[in-house]
Amino acid sequence: MPDQSEMEVLFAARDWKAAGHGVALATVVKTWGSSPRPAGSHLAVRDDGAFLGSVSGGCVEGAVVGEALEVMKAGVSKVLEFGVTNERAWEVGLACGGTIRVFVEPLL
Amino acid sequence: MKADTLAALLADIERDRPVVLATNLDSGDQRLLRRGDGETEPERTDVERALRLDACVTTDTDAAEAIFYQPFSPPLRMILVGAVHIAQPLSAMATLTGYDVTIVDPRESFAASERFPGVTLNLEWPDAALESLGLDPRCAVVTLTHDPKLDDPALQVALRSEAFFIGCLGSRKTHASRLRRLGKAGFTEADLERVKGPVGLPIGSRSPAEIAVSVLAQVTQTLRKPSPNIT
Repeated sequence: MPDQSEMEVLFAARDWKAAGHGVALATVVKTWGSSPRPAGSHLAVRDDGAFLGSVSGGCVEGAVVGEALEVMKAGVSKVLEFGVTNERAWEVGLACGGTIRVFVEPLL
Repeated sequence: MKADTLAALLADIERDRPVVLATNLDSGDQRLLRRGDGETEPERTDVERALRLDACVTTDTDAAEAIFYQPFSPPLRMILVGAVHIAQPLSAMATLTGYDVTIVDPRESFAASERFPGVTLNLEWPDAALESLGLDPRCAVVTLTHDPKLDDPALQVALRSEAFFIGCLGSRKTHASRLRRLGKAGFTEADLERVKGPVGLPIGSRSPAEIAVSVLAQVTQTLRKPSPNIT
């Protein structure tokens, strides 16, 4: 499934880490209804807030990057969910009405 | 993810070795599994399924210890037999779609690298070429020459392989005679049903580029919406 651009995200994560940066990786692990990015899509986040890849086609990337920076500090993975049923939907929802579950992990 | 897990995963990807990353979503623990690996029978099945369908598999999500299996497979391949005009847009579009494209044509004037910049060209006779390429379930084979001398040997090799897509450019009439020839060569009805001809979804294509769109659409449909008996 992962196409070339997905691979590039993983290679970037490795290179950032090797260069001494803190890095976190977000992966779509489940989708319900209509959602723009399939399970397995990756987003790599660097400790300065730079990121590569996409988990939602842009809708919730900002929130995921914020959570990824927290995960990097804490050193512990977590699972996030975004969608219309989410209480934060007014802030960071998916306009398409779908729901996605995202696994965010630090690169240790 | 541990940096060494990521390094091992990327090493497999670079060497075109199929592998599944198994992640425990509760603990964050991860393992790299190959076909046949797994701690339990259901896990081995999940690994096999992820690799075969090239799609992520999650164990029952609300159960404790949900495991996420993500397959990383070598690139899809598309083998085009015939370095003809239509092969130019088709090879370009297939490359954009993520296929490693090889064009097979023993006629040097057709298989000229100026005509196909950046595409792998194979000038062997089609049956020898396809044998040496080692067709597998992640391969699509499309014959484009209209010439039985070139198309038929390729089809015979393709039909003996597990290629997920076999298609032939040409009219209904030439396709009917093609199927007759293959039948005489000993292929069964079930074999012949695998051959899509005339290749492409019926979208009224006229130009070579439009025909390429219709071919690629049918290949995509076969890959992503396989018949229900493949689960």
